[in-house]
Parts: sequence; C-alpha cells; structure tokens
Amino acid sequence: MPRAPIVWRAATVRAAADETPHARTLLLDVPGWPGHVAGQHVDVRLTADDGYQAQRSYSIASAPEEGAVALTVERIEDGEVSPYLVCETRAGDELEVRGPVGGHFTWRVEEGGPLLLVAGGSGLVPLMSMLRHLAAHEQTVDARVLVSSRGWDDVLYREELAVLARRPGVAVHHTLTRETPPGWEGFDRRIDADMLRAVGPPPDAEPRVFVCGPTAFVERAADLLVALGHPPQAIRAERFGPTGG
Amino acid sequence: MADEGLWLDGNGIAGLLAEVFATDMTTVDHGCRACGAHGVVGAHRAYRGAGTVLRCPECGDLAARISTLPDRHVVRLAGTWLIEVPRPPAQ
Repeated sequence: MPRAPIVWRAATVRAAADETPHARTLLLDVPGWPGHVAGQHVDVRLTADDGYQAQRSYSIASAPEEGAVALTVERIEDGEVSPYLVCETRAGDELEVRGPVGGHFTWRVEEGGPLLLVAGGSGLVPLMSMLRHLAAHEQTVDARVLVSSRGWDDVLYREELAVLARRPGVAVHHTLTRETPPGWEGFDRRIDADMLRAVGPPPDAEPRVFVCGPTAFVERAADLLVALGHPPQAIRAERFGPTGG
Repeated sequence: MADEGLWLDGNGIAGLLAEVFATDMTTVDHGCRACGAHGVVGAHRAYRGAGTVLRCPECGDLAARISTLPDRHVVRLAGTWLIEVPRPPAQ
C-alpha cells in the first residue's frame, strides 16, 4: 500500500442504478482517486445543512481496472445513511469519500488461486470486485463462489454472475434461505458443511478463502470452514457488524 | 455469544487507523500481551462505542484503544506491534 495521508475527497454521483428492491449501485467520480485493490472499502461521509455529519464504510464493487468507483449499498431499515443513499441519491449529487482502505481483505490476480468466495447477502460486494478484477484479465483462476441470499430477487449482480460463471475455472453456486422460485435446483438452506464440501475446493488444494456478510453469517461460515480443515490464517473475513445503516 | 454482532474486523476500521497512523495498519502484526498470539490487525476484533477498541481475536485482551476527541485522537497500545512503513525510493 502506498503511504499517503488519508484525505476526504469530494465525489460526484455519475449514475445510480437499482440492483434489487433493497440495494442500489452508486457510480462515483472521485477526482484524485489513487486506485484500489479488489476487496477494499471506502468511508463515506454525509454532511447535513446544519453541519451534522454521519459516516459509514462501504465496500467497493468495481474492479480496479474500471475508471469510476462503484459502491453497492443495501438499505437497512431504520438506518441513518443507507436509506438516503439507496432511495434519495441521484446523478449529480455530491458526497465525501476517503480511501481506499483495508489492505487485509484484498486479492490481486497475480496472487492466483484457487479462490473460495463466500458471500452472505450484500457481502457479495467486495467479492464482486475480485471477480470483476479477474474478468479483466485473461488468466484462468479456479474460483468457487457461494452466494447466500434470502430469495432469488435479493441476489445482487445476478445476470453478471451468470456470465462470469461461463468463464473457465469459475463456478458460481447460490443458496436461497427463505424462498425459492419454482423449479429451483440450487441450494435452499443456510450454509453448512455439506454445502461447503460440494462447492470446494478442498482444504488440501489450499484455497485463499474470503468470507463477507453479516457478523453471524461470517462466524458460522468461518467455523464450518475451519472444521472442514481450512487453516484459520487462510480465511479472511469481513463482517458488516452493526453498522447503524 | 453475548457480544455477537457488536464487533467488526480490524479491517473494518482501516479508515480510522489510516487517519491515526498515516499508513495501512490492517496488515501490521500485533502480538498479544496476554496470550502471546500473533495476528494481523485486520483480523483482530474492533468494538466501536464512545471510542474504538481493538482486541486480540484469540483471547479478547486489549490491543489498542482509540479515543477520538474534538481536537485529537488519544491512542493506547498494548502488546507488541511491528509496524513497517514504506519510504520513498532513494534518489
């Protein structure tokens, strides 16, 4: 990571697009953006007219190869910041960002695979940056993706994931924990050991494992992965925690 | 677990740590003064309340406490920290 004082930068919303009924992607132009590594996040700061400020962290969804910075924000009921970002923000709006930050939860294509990416809900966002980063290169990487969502309509980047899954080496699995569409052939339960075993790669393939999602999801996934024999050091976790939305 | 959901990974407070230390701290090694375990700061547990507390993921002992006041951050560190900071290349 380059060493530089961390500064707040003015960002302008270039475009905003709904991903699901509860999540929206904001494409930001950030003059002076130093570039990021897939998996990193930014701090976002909003300032009200009376000077009141609220700050939250959001994962970057876009690949480092893309010019703009994309954030996908899920609306948290009763949240202070996310309802504004998901429902109110439109092209031309300004907000402040600082970053990118977080060199621990990152992956570069030259680090290679195999990869195991496990997402709970919008925990898919930083993992999508990794997949988009991979898609920007010719290299074939054994990348297994497991996405846990409540229902099919809650799955972020659904069509793009289907396209990515056609790449050699990439396998995308979904599990739907609340409701499944008719004829559903994917997993239909909370993640468990059998599911992780089916998704692979096995521990002896020494995959780099990235798990992101709500705290309880990440705890469960990490415990299951360790029980399967993955060394704890090989598992990198990013928990949302109580963000206050 | 009683504290489930109340904490983040050290990686999640990377912005605050970068503000305080002017470098990415999430890959820095910390050795716990209580249990001796070593691990990167990004994999520690971060608790945010009136201040921010970083704890050893193995035993929960204090690794750092950051109190953010109007005009400064007050930082208390515990255990051993190995911080490597890049320098600009020599001319």
